Amino acid sequence: MNTVIFRTLAPFLTALMLLFSVFVLLRGHNEPGGGFIGGLIAASALAIYGIARGIRPVREALWFHPMTIAAFGLLLACIAGLVSIFAAVPFMTGLWIYPALFGVEVPLSTVMLFDFGVYLVVVGAVTSIALALEREDI
Amino acid sequence: MAAPAASAIDLSRALVLTPPALADWLVILPVAWCLASGAILLMLRKNLRLQPPLAIAALTVLLVLDAALLWRVVEGGPVTMVMGRWLPPFGIAFTVDLAGALFALSSALVALAGGIYAAESIDASGRRYGFYPFLMLLMAGVSGAFLTGDIFNLYVWFEVLLISSFGLLVLGSEPKQIDGAIKYAFLNLIATTLFLIAVGFLYGLFGTLNMADIAAKAVERRAGLPLMTLGVLFVLAFGMKAAAFPVNFWLPASYHTPRIVVSALFAGLLTKVGIYALIRVMVMLFPVEGDELSVVIAAAAAATMIFGALGAIGQSDTRRLLGYLVISGIGVMLAGIAVGGPGGVGGALFYALHSMVVMTALYMAAGMAGRLSGAFDLNRAGGLYGRTAFFSALSFILFLSVSGMPPFSGFWPKVMVARAALDIGAWWLAGTVLLTGFLTMIAVGRVWLLAYWRPAGAAATPGGDDAIRTSAILSLSVLVLVTVLVGLFPDPLLRQVQQAASGLVEPSAYLNSVFPQGAR
Repeated sequence: MNTVIFRTLAPFLTALMLLFSVFVLLRGHNEPGGGFIGGLIAASALAIYGIARGIRPVREALWFHPMTIAAFGLLLACIAGLVSIFAAVPFMTGLWIYPALFGVEVPLSTVMLFDFGVYLVVVGAVTSIALALEREDI
Repeated sequence: MAAPAASAIDLSRALVLTPPALADWLVILPVAWCLASGAILLMLRKNLRLQPPLAIAALTVLLVLDAALLWRVVEGGPVTMVMGRWLPPFGIAFTVDLAGALFALSSALVALAGGIYAAESIDASGRRYGFYPFLMLLMAGVSGAFLTGDIFNLYVWFEVLLISSFGLLVLGSEPKQIDGAIKYAFLNLIATTLFLIAVGFLYGLFGTLNMADIAAKAVERRAGLPLMTLGVLFVLAFGMKAAAFPVNFWLPASYHTPRIVVSALFAGLLTKVGIYALIRVMVMLFPVEGDELSVVIAAAAAATMIFGALGAIGQSDTRRLLGYLVISGIGVMLAGIAVGGPGGVGGALFYALHSMVVMTALYMAAGMAGRLSGAFDLNRAGGLYGRTAFFSALSFILFLSVSGMPPFSGFWPKVMVARAALDIGAWWLAGTVLLTGFLTMIAVGRVWLLAYWRPAGAAATPGGDDAIRTSAILSLSVLVLVTVLVGLFPDPLLRQVQQAASGLVEPSAYLNSVFPQGAR
């Protein structure tokens, strides 16, 4: 696996896959995709980077520990449910706002926040498993 | 609330349009709180000094939330909140009746005591591996299981608590722990799979997963449906979870391996979730099938009680001994379920609440005793009474309470179960309950004689740690105080438990809470 071609290509591949994972995440509201599958794509991107360059560069690139990322995702998902306490609707009700950014109406919702939380949980959990497995191999 | 006439869509047929009262949020807050604080603790995993105070504060808030929820349910009957405001049975409902609220409060108390005990007994490596985040997520699973009103959601919470318990079980990564964890994980996964299969069949039969909806539909179209098969599957799955004979072998194989505070929490929380689910399904959802299966459950109950107590007598490791006492207690609860009716089910509920507190406290006491005398082995322990009279007195109270002696909390539920059994003429079941109390007395009496009463000189004790930890004695004292108070003043709890049992046997209030004015 550890060829020059792979090592050279891996960072570009990782960047591309991470970008695509965000696309899949955002697309997931009305079409196939979403936080879970997006998170898996992002985690496999990081795994490819880890296979090519080793674990340390992945950890340095992530900055945060993968478990911390997963925990933050869980917190976001939880907050997405709790927002509805202020709107006087039951837990986890989807709430929308439509702010205009640079003249474009951007629909934002608690559903999206929840999905983003799922994305982070999957990225964090799967990456930490993958990194642990790769460490055992060496 | 008049909808604009121009609107073509009548939202009131799909959504809950009345805003929920702020007090109704207590239904979901224990779970959301545990998840959020667990996530925060996980993010602060590296800050080992901050973990215990934060977790203890979070568990205290959980206790307050559960107490407020119980107060709300006692005042106003069962409370329902549907997720995402979709009308039940399509939205996932969280419905809390008296039984669920009582269990949730009791589990929060046990978890708080465990969190305090762990402050000094879980070392830096245990904290780094995430003891406290796991504890909070375990509590999310346990609270969710007690509070949910949807049977598939119940399955999900079972998974949440199971996965957290795996993490707690291997804290320390010793070979012995991995061995125990594999047995525990494998057998529990079989039980969970059975549960999932049963839920699948249930959905196939009724087309709904909402418990109130199932309870109502089971009454309407019982004829011709294979509900008996379903009942057997549920009894087997939950019996395995609760460690009922003959599917109890995972418990003695695993409960003595983890850190003592983890054993204490497991003994207090996990098997009781199985009992709670069994009561919820066999008493509330399928009462007719539960009645027909009562002979089987009663036989299993008697065997569980006797084999648990005999197993406890045969052990010389205090942790293993307590594992068998957990099993024997499950037998008493099963006996209550088998007898049925408000008396029997009430006894089972009461015994479960008592067992949560007392079994946790017993494991904590065993942990302290093991530390003081340097060994969990009864053959080597000794001289505890001479060293610390106060701790010995606390342990003695627990020993009496677990064997069902009068002034403590173990006595009342046993009386309830035995009396309910005698009322329906099941004298053998009542006799087994009393015999089990006697056998348990022998088992814990042995511990008392060998580890506490025997002079230290008689046993070759290699030192041990002298200092009694304040956190440990504090958490133990709180739990002992609860068992003493409940034993001396059982009336308030007795009344609530009986009402909870009648609410399960006759669930019209529960149904009304989910479907107001029969809008089903």
